[in-house]
Amino acid sequence: MDTFIGILNYLVFFAITAGIYAVLCLGLNIQWGYTGLFNIGIAGFFAVGAYTSALLSGPPPGPLDWRTVGGFQLPWVVGLLGAIIASGIIAFFIGLLTLRLKEDYLAIATIGIAEVIRLILKNEGWLSNTVWGIKHIPSPLHQPIEAGVSSFLKGHPQLSPWLVHFISNAYNWFYLALVLVILGLLYWTSERSIRSPWGRVLRTIREDEAVAAVSGKNVFSFKLQSFVLGAMVMGMAGSLYAHYAKFIDASSFEPLYGTFFIWVMLIIGGSGNSKGAVLGAFVIWGIWAGTEFLTGPLALSGTQAGALRVIVVGVLLELTLLLRPQGILGEEKIVSRMLKK
Amino acid sequence: MSLGAFLALVSLSLLRGLGIPDSPFGPLSFGLPMVLAFFIALSLTALAAIIIDRILYLRLRRTGPIILLIAAVGMAFCLRNIIQFIWGPQPQYYIKAIQIARKIPLLGIRIKPDEIFIIIVVALLVIGLHFFLQKTKMGKAMRAASDNMELARVSGIDTEKVIMWTWAIAAALAAAGGILVGIEDKFITPDMGWQMLLPIFAAVILGGIGNPYGAMAGGMIIGLSGEISTAFISTAYKPAVAFIIMVIMLIIKPRGLFGTR
Repeated sequence: MDTFIGILNYLVFFAITAGIYAVLCLGLNIQWGYTGLFNIGIAGFFAVGAYTSALLSGPPPGPLDWRTVGGFQLPWVVGLLGAIIASGIIAFFIGLLTLRLKEDYLAIATIGIAEVIRLILKNEGWLSNTVWGIKHIPSPLHQPIEAGVSSFLKGHPQLSPWLVHFISNAYNWFYLALVLVILGLLYWTSERSIRSPWGRVLRTIREDEAVAAVSGKNVFSFKLQSFVLGAMVMGMAGSLYAHYAKFIDASSFEPLYGTFFIWVMLIIGGSGNSKGAVLGAFVIWGIWAGTEFLTGPLALSGTQAGALRVIVVGVLLELTLLLRPQGILGEEKIVSRMLKK
Repeated sequence: MSLGAFLALVSLSLLRGLGIPDSPFGPLSFGLPMVLAFFIALSLTALAAIIIDRILYLRLRRTGPIILLIAAVGMAFCLRNIIQFIWGPQPQYYIKAIQIARKIPLLGIRIKPDEIFIIIVVALLVIGLHFFLQKTKMGKAMRAASDNMELARVSGIDTEKVIMWTWAIAAALAAAGGILVGIEDKFITPDMGWQMLLPIFAAVILGGIGNPYGAMAGGMIIGLSGEISTAFISTAYKPAVAFIIMVIMLIIKPRGLFGTR
């Protein structure tokens, strides 16, 4: 029974991470899946969200901390809103510069801004404490829940060990619920918006910009809206990550985890389909976590095993592109509620 | 690029193993094996690019440029991790000696003999590329295909062959770049290609996409401004300088300095 609880606790931890990835995928799905905007700097928006949230609601600089700004200890919700707004503002300016040009420019600009953001976070001590990162970021409602759990356990000393083990993990269950509620809200909003006239304009732009323009739609404005909204969702994921991990530094936002994985998840899950985005996040994160156990018996060094797992994910991406380009769940052809399927 | 640099390392150690004398050429820090390894690595990288093109990109060509780009990014991650799997993440060395820069009497600057060699190789590659694009049939076909793929096909150009040649040449040039960086810096790492990616993009945009001469000029401008910037701001921001130049370029002249389209 105790082992079972151990596995269950691991699954909760797994689901929280996969859920945060799913939020990122939904953000990318708005940009790429709906509108065809090629953003390869997801890590940048993710990092901006995480750091903004950590600076707004994190602790003030402690000893051995280079930071001179931030640490306002505001409530988590303020941090979350700040993360959303900050990512949105950055996306707005990138979009303003590049969305009128050919699609390659957006790709290069996003990869560039992500790299610049990473360099700033790695080098500017006053803002980000460089490679030492920001520590002790508070998790929402962490203290009351932990206090409640410990007083409950003190009041019931006769509980069997596995039940104690289970109850001690209450905070992670709470955080999982929080992530899933936010994911659910985003999923619902995303589904509603693609089924609206607004969503149909986005899909038209993706298929043929000229058609949308001829129909009197302001293509640039719609693209900008989609890009900024997607980036805001990514910023939200950054906040969720920062308050769960409690510690962030520049290495958490490298292109491999921050950008490449999100793309693989969306493409394998099925881009243009919110269900596919969420499914892809859980499937790929499952494969990534699962291969960690599988490469154990192969007697490889740590970096070799890591490299092998990235190769597995990369090959899966190429196979999907070759054999099932629409992903596990393809896009729904008809999304209007007015038309019968 | 990383792949090319690493293949050169393999060829280098292979050739040394084969007993080809590794006596340095005159003042240079390397000898015959390095030169042979250079050509072997270029050919092998070109071959790898053609194989990847045949297996993967050929089948994706009809789906649109962005899907191809995603496949390429995925492939880059795969290659980089294959390199990391075999050689590990730590730097590898071509030559472990330190070369002293010598003073050039007339100009009053200090430069390493290897660096003069690198400049000569780059000049040869640029001239070679120019002649290939302007004088050979394949070069002309390549320029035609880049202008208008359909029109080129209708004119009887075998566009598949053109694409294959493009891959081979691009891969060989990238490999040459990687090896030269390895000679200059003395070491190579699996993520050296990634670190160069942003300056390369910036250079191409600066020069105008689709214009090889613009790209060369852009490369010089980005490279020089990156190095000069280290006099004023932290060296950590070298890639950021490239990015900022690119952003300014996108605002004032998005088609690049020499772009026509």
